[in-house]
Amino acid sequence: MGLNSEQKKSGISFDVLELDRTAATEEIVTSIQSVVLKKFRKRGAVVGISGGIDSSVVAALCVRALGPEKVHLLLMPEGESASTDESTELGRSLAKSLGVEPQLEDITSVLQGAGCYERRDSAIREVIPEYGPGWKSKIVLPSVIQSDQFRIFSVVAHSPEGQEIKARLKPEGYLGVVAATNFKQRTRKMMEYFHADRLNFAVAGTPNLLEYDQGFFVKGGDGLADFKPIAHLYKSQVYQLAEHLGVPEEICSRPPTTDTYSLPQSQEEFYFSLPYDQMDLCLWAKNHGVDAQETGAALGLSAEQVERVYRDIEAKRRMAVYLHAQPAFSGRPDGATS
Amino acid sequence: MDTAGNQKKVRAFVVENLLLGEEENDFSDSQSFLESGLIDSTGILEVIAFLEEEYEITIADEEMVPDNLDSVDNIVAFLQTRRVG
Repeated sequence: MGLNSEQKKSGISFDVLELDRTAATEEIVTSIQSVVLKKFRKRGAVVGISGGIDSSVVAALCVRALGPEKVHLLLMPEGESASTDESTELGRSLAKSLGVEPQLEDITSVLQGAGCYERRDSAIREVIPEYGPGWKSKIVLPSVIQSDQFRIFSVVAHSPEGQEIKARLKPEGYLGVVAATNFKQRTRKMMEYFHADRLNFAVAGTPNLLEYDQGFFVKGGDGLADFKPIAHLYKSQVYQLAEHLGVPEEICSRPPTTDTYSLPQSQEEFYFSLPYDQMDLCLWAKNHGVDAQETGAALGLSAEQVERVYRDIEAKRRMAVYLHAQPAFSGRPDGATS
Repeated sequence: MDTAGNQKKVRAFVVENLLLGEEENDFSDSQSFLESGLIDSTGILEVIAFLEEEYEITIADEEMVPDNLDSVDNIVAFLQTRRVG
């Protein structure tokens, strides 16, 4: 990540996110061995791979820690996601580089059986009545950087003829679309646990620090795992490890995507305020008490824009409380009465 | 235009839908929904849907800003500019 002269003059820079890659790798590898083998007494690890950077790095770390024969890699495409074929191809390329034969589990029929697509489409039809077979869609948010506007979810739909319609969602429609699409992450996790149970393996989770902190995961879906080896790493640090671990270049250079909707969707459109490297630095700066002026100077943003990002980070943390929470008990689960 | 009536109606909506069991007496009409953590992305959708349905108005994207929607007082002032209620 190169710095321009403006960034170099400021107090903080992207350098704060530089990792000692060898030491970081060693620490994670030791932790995986200790948790999977000793603590959980499992024989290996299942990793769902998407062709994205996070799951690729987790897979590579698991292979380093446990050996290729103790890592089960799952490719779980579904019929309509915008980048299905590309994701599967990249996943295969990763698996090949790690010396592991991946297993393909197409989850389309499970999703059809659960009514994922039909339920989502009917929620979209509440605001776009003509939405139907052959249409594609995604959910988008306005930019935090451009204005003070509340971030209101809209659905963007493309008809088979190429017409684009954008409509603001009502609360029930928004919740309905999200609830239905969450079937995708939860079905993938169900499949990972099937193979983990069958093989007596543990399941690896792939969120990075940015996603974990900001609640960018589905509870009981990609948020569910037995161990999360990169949840303490900023996304740009995951990229550094990817390079260190020899993850294929085509994965390292691919822009992050949610891989959830039928139209291509960037993570900024759906969740984060800024591209990941800038988001990383904002989160780091906020965590280290750096004021908005100084952070803005490092990113080429105004103090006001950074304040908005800081507020957005806080708002997401409030929402993430529920996502991070363990089940709440109304009494003591150990049978004691006081 | 019934400003007092709007104030009562909007406050009742907020108490019912955003306070979620918190003590009503501790909540003032000037309190920021954002700063007090009362509102999330679903909450703001609910506020907008309530205003659009109750007052039969359409709120434009550029009107969806904290100055218009971030407290009972702000909402009432916004409704005044739209001359409804």
